[in-house]
Amino acid sequence: MTAFRFTVNAQPVEVDVPGMRRLLDVLREELALTGTKEGCGEGECGACTVLLDGAPVDSCLVPICQVDGAVVSTVEGLAPALDRLDALQTAFLETGGAQCGICTPGMLMAGRAYLDDGGGPDEDAVREAIAGNLCRCTGYTKIVEAIAQAAGASADRGHPPLIPPGGNP
Amino acid sequence: SSIKADQPILVPVGGEIRHHAEPLALLAAPDRAVLRAARHAVRVRTAPLPPVFDPLTSDHIFAAYELASGDPEAAFVAADLVLEGEYRVGHQEQLYIENNAMIAVPTEDGGVTVHGSLQCPYYVHTALKRGLGIDDRQARVVQAETGGGFGGKEEFPSVIALHAALLAGVAGRPVRMIYDRHEDLAATTKRHPAIVRHRTGVTRDGRLLAQDIEVVMDGGAYCTLTPVVLSRGAIHAGGPYRCPNVRIRARAARTNTPPNGAFRGFGAPQTEFAAETHLNRIAEALGLSPLEIRRRNVYRLGDTTPTGQVLRDSVAGEEVLERAAEAGEFVRLRARHDAARARRIGSAIVPGSPLRSGPERVASGVGLALAWHGAGFTGSGEVKLASVASLELTAEGEIRILTASTEMGQGTKTIFPQLVSDTLGVPYERVILAPQDTAFVPDSGPTVASRTAMVVGGLLIKAAQRLRAQVEAATGGPFATTYRDHTRAHGAIRIDQRFEPYPGVGFDDDTYRGDAYPAFGWAACVASVEVDLDTGEVHVRDVVSADDVGRVIHPVLAEGQVEGGTLQAVGYATIEEIKLRDGRYLNDRLATYIIPTSLDAPRITTILVEAPFDGVPHGAKGVGELPMDVGAPAVIAAIADATGVWIADLPASPERILAGMSGVAGVAPLPPGASEPAAPRPPAAAPAAAPPDRGR
Repeated sequence: MTAFRFTVNAQPVEVDVPGMRRLLDVLREELALTGTKEGCGEGECGACTVLLDGAPVDSCLVPICQVDGAVVSTVEGLAPALDRLDALQTAFLETGGAQCGICTPGMLMAGRAYLDDGGGPDEDAVREAIAGNLCRCTGYTKIVEAIAQAAGASADRGHPPLIPPGGNP
Repeated sequence: SSIKADQPILVPVGGEIRHHAEPLALLAAPDRAVLRAARHAVRVRTAPLPPVFDPLTSDHIFAAYELASGDPEAAFVAADLVLEGEYRVGHQEQLYIENNAMIAVPTEDGGVTVHGSLQCPYYVHTALKRGLGIDDRQARVVQAETGGGFGGKEEFPSVIALHAALLAGVAGRPVRMIYDRHEDLAATTKRHPAIVRHRTGVTRDGRLLAQDIEVVMDGGAYCTLTPVVLSRGAIHAGGPYRCPNVRIRARAARTNTPPNGAFRGFGAPQTEFAAETHLNRIAEALGLSPLEIRRRNVYRLGDTTPTGQVLRDSVAGEEVLERAAEAGEFVRLRARHDAARARRIGSAIVPGSPLRSGPERVASGVGLALAWHGAGFTGSGEVKLASVASLELTAEGEIRILTASTEMGQGTKTIFPQLVSDTLGVPYERVILAPQDTAFVPDSGPTVASRTAMVVGGLLIKAAQRLRAQVEAATGGPFATTYRDHTRAHGAIRIDQRFEPYPGVGFDDDTYRGDAYPAFGWAACVASVEVDLDTGEVHVRDVVSADDVGRVIHPVLAEGQVEGGTLQAVGYATIEEIKLRDGRYLNDRLATYIIPTSLDAPRITTILVEAPFDGVPHGAKGVGELPMDVGAPAVIAAIADATGVWIADLPASPERILAGMSGVAGVAPLPPGASEPAAPRPPAAAPAAAPPDRGR
């Protein structure tokens, strides 16, 4: 066991775990951040995508020893406040970008990294940005639409959330 | 239920192991390290038995059906053209992104509560009662948020639930059993492989005179729901076309591979791929356009299907066909490709083949397909299910929906409150849903067969109509403004709405005649592809899908269903295939079983068509499965338009396309679904080491 110190969603954390423990497991089991999902455990599906120092990574492939001193962002930290969603989350709600929702946290993080990198609403570029994230429900159409919409609206990022037209009660 | 319980929970000592992924023993441990160590302590002594992997030669038949009308043999004699064809499709994995998973918690009364990722709470409930010998109250099933299903969580969750429950019972503490992706791919159900043979007689002007169709499905090692899949496959096997003389023989056989099961479309994608590809080949043989041959044969109002069902209403085959063809610019694109193909052929390396020799490396093609999909359970299925949906006006003045119909991304939890709030005339936010927990909700049937919107939605509207009438009769005012006062004065009201047969709809299971479905949904698809003539790689660029869903309840969700189903069909057509050796899945990881990414996905345009079904108050017929039936044959037709080669085996992999284009026999891979032998090949033929044996 070794102590590792890093930042998750702007909070400093310290965990005492074996160095080869997957970042995914540390997030879910040590830090109770279960928003990050496991789909394959071998870096194929992207469901476990988080940002490591701003870059999207498959957290199932990252041993915790590589995270020491780094800055990690997960889906739990995306919304700026409890009553305010990120522009990308709002766009997913408005366009119907989520169906079953299991790929959504990873999609949101990959999409956020693309937007933070200055990505625009160009469809081909958006498709390229999420090519490492599998979705089996949507055919990607509305996910691409959502990210493109958020890219177009990036100037007014952080506006209040909208109630989804068909939101779950 | 419609699932035959022939699969043992565990193979008994001295019993027969019928497939590579069959469970023999159960282990539980407080952590993964102990579990791994414990696994090495298990010793299994086995003696080999001769396996069967070919459903064509298997002598164990799970189910067989025959549909007949008219006199096909006489009609073949009168036909101007008789065309034969054989089509094969292999396994397809549902590949929900969340794997199968269950948590079992033992209860004080000797029962068990199971939480899990599942589609059908009452299927699991029934399995727990039967498998553990416990009663209705001792067994409790709670659906957790479910990360996709597509049929893959219809039946297999019962297996995992029983395993977790047995361990929990022995351990006396909660046990969770969460499959990793490899375990999920290796052990859970897949779409049935099928071999479909067509012999079709037509007139010179392309009118169908006779169809003789043989369908053989590979059921895997246990029967489970194979007969129901086969039944739907058989009924849809002729395609959505009028034909006076039909014989359809269908059988499903046992093989020594993991059992196959439900996957979106449920037997119809297999047989409709064959029917559509065959019809396209007939059109080509007659020099007719694929659009024109469909116009001449598509079912119209008043036509009769092979089960003797008269199509009395809600027939929209023509409309979806015309709308998809127009929006997809089918006629214009086809004419353009005809010219390009004529230029290319003959200029090739292999004389007469479309392989390129000139500068054009990529060939474009456009393809058209049409499909029908029976709404709800087949035959008397809905009558036997006798589903119940309930609506409650609680003592606290809440309007609460009680059903076991699950949300897995398709929109159950959105559309049910929509239908109820519309009927009651109250705002959407006033309607809440009870959790899908068998302790609280009635059995509204399984969440399968595109039945939720039509069947259960219909029950909820009727329940809401009754609730509204009861309250308004008492208060004399509109429901929306009086129900809270009524509750304060009179307490709670609960309406239980049970399924009643749709008027005039009947099916005879013994003769296999009658109304196979209360109504059909109709879909047409135009796919545009590019084929790399050097590598045989296909890129599906654009798809236009026109889908008649009866009535659209939520346009965004309905489009989402069409888009997602279309991409699953594109994957089925182009890249998704399970390879087998000795009955074991070889590509049982996500690194090797591949599904389309955002870069593989076409741009999908959805046209929603509404031909309402009068048997339900809202007219909805369901949407989930329709796009899955029609996408693959459209893609295959587009590949033929680009290359001149008809691919009869799915998927149209580069290997199959190159084999077809080169015209060289013997270079094509094994047929889909076939298992290569276990015996190691001579070293010269097998330079790479075989994948490690990952025995379970």
